[in-house]
Amino acid sequence: MIQFKNLHKRFGKLAVLDGLDLSIKKGGIFAILGPNGSGKTTLIKCLLGMVIPQKGDIFYNDKSVLKKWSYRNELNYLPQIANFPPNLSVQELIEMVKNLRPKESNEQELIDLFGLNDSLQKKLGNLSGGTKQKVNIVLTFMFDSNLIILDEPTNGLDPIALIHLKELIKKEKEKGKTILITTHIMSFVNEVADEIVFLLDGKIYFKGAIDELKKQTNNDDLEHAIANLISKQYA
Amino acid sequence: MLKILKYSFYDLMRSRWSYVYFLFYLLLGFVLLFLNNDVNKAVITLMNIIIVLTPLIGTIFGVMYYYNSKEFTELLLAQPINRSKIFMGQYLGISISLTLSLVLGLGIPFVLYGLFKSTAIFNFSLLLVVGTFLNFIFVALSYNIALSTENKIKGFGYAILMWLFLAVVYDGIFLISLVMFNEYPLDKFSLVATMFNPIDLSRILILLKLDISALLGYTGAVFRKFFGTNLGMLLSMLILVFWVLIPIVRMNFKLRKKDF
Repeated sequence: MIQFKNLHKRFGKLAVLDGLDLSIKKGGIFAILGPNGSGKTTLIKCLLGMVIPQKGDIFYNDKSVLKKWSYRNELNYLPQIANFPPNLSVQELIEMVKNLRPKESNEQELIDLFGLNDSLQKKLGNLSGGTKQKVNIVLTFMFDSNLIILDEPTNGLDPIALIHLKELIKKEKEKGKTILITTHIMSFVNEVADEIVFLLDGKIYFKGAIDELKKQTNNDDLEHAIANLISKQYA
Repeated sequence: MLKILKYSFYDLMRSRWSYVYFLFYLLLGFVLLFLNNDVNKAVITLMNIIIVLTPLIGTIFGVMYYYNSKEFTELLLAQPINRSKIFMGQYLGISISLTLSLVLGLGIPFVLYGLFKSTAIFNFSLLLVVGTFLNFIFVALSYNIALSTENKIKGFGYAILMWLFLAVVYDGIFLISLVMFNEYPLDKFSLVATMFNPIDLSRILILLKLDISALLGYTGAVFRKFFGTNLGMLLSMLILVFWVLIPIVRMNFKLRKKDF
């Protein structure tokens, strides 16, 4: 479904992606992991067309996405930092995003799920960080797309919202969707992810199921297995 | 693009600063008319204020909006919209809302005072047209600076420096060079030098129309002598249009390679 081919991206002297090759098949939850600054967000932003790679190509449904924009109607993206225009209300923002995408949406269901009904008329500038993240999640999940990209989705969520989020992710997976997640919370990965993609030095260091990783690193605990991978970088 | 424009415009129209800006012009209009008691004189005073103030406000609003809406822009970038449409929509949203503050803020007191019965109506509209041009030019210039500068503080600094240069320093250098080289023929030099500064150009445009160019500066007289009023005005208008278009073209060029 998605192919990254020989992707190079450097910011000044720092090479973030260094000839990365990765292909992701349709269906399932893929956790993109790696130490801080390993290029997880850059990789996702390349796919979204927000960061423009110096070399290489990206294919989504066998079509190159570089310099195109209409393919973005087929994917949902949850950005890392939820920051919206402070003068708009939640309702207006939802209407606006709906207006921008010619697609069916089921926002009411999600608004009920996250208990946002009381906040609909509030200005976005007056919302707490966690509530903003809930709005962010509603905006991401209200469209029906085959690919869902979540960048640090658990940021600032309370336990109940976190449970709802996990249920939501599982429900989307059952519909046969492809979900990419970056996160640093290993228990979350352990619970939801089918496969792990581990980035190191701008390349894919490991790709496979969680059990494979545990076997390869001789660790029963995912957190330690990942720490084991990262420590190799420092060694 | 229209959708983005609509929301940027809506967002700005609801922010406090648009109202402060609007009320400032409203107050300025009333005070000037009250003090001068004459629409024509008020227009001249207004010119001096508009020519310095609209570029400053346009510059500040431009960089401020860009940096403040950065994360929201990222949300938009992930939507199925063309990049340049997002930024053109924002750019037009800011420029139009600033222009509306200017036109309504000054228009209301002048209309109430009896502008439509006065002979100054043409001069007054020209003033608003020039103010509008300056809004569009300086928002575009500041958007260029903001797009090229990742650091917010630096971006603000560069933008203010740009305004300071065009509004104050440029004239200083211009005058010094006129004094230094006054043994040489300077007509052509001063003509060209004027075109490279939209603030000077706007000033001359209004002065030509107000028929007091001989009183107010060397360049105005040269312009008048060379082009005659109508051609001069057409030419300066054309150059102002270029001052809007060139930054917009550069903005779109820059956007093609920019990472967010």
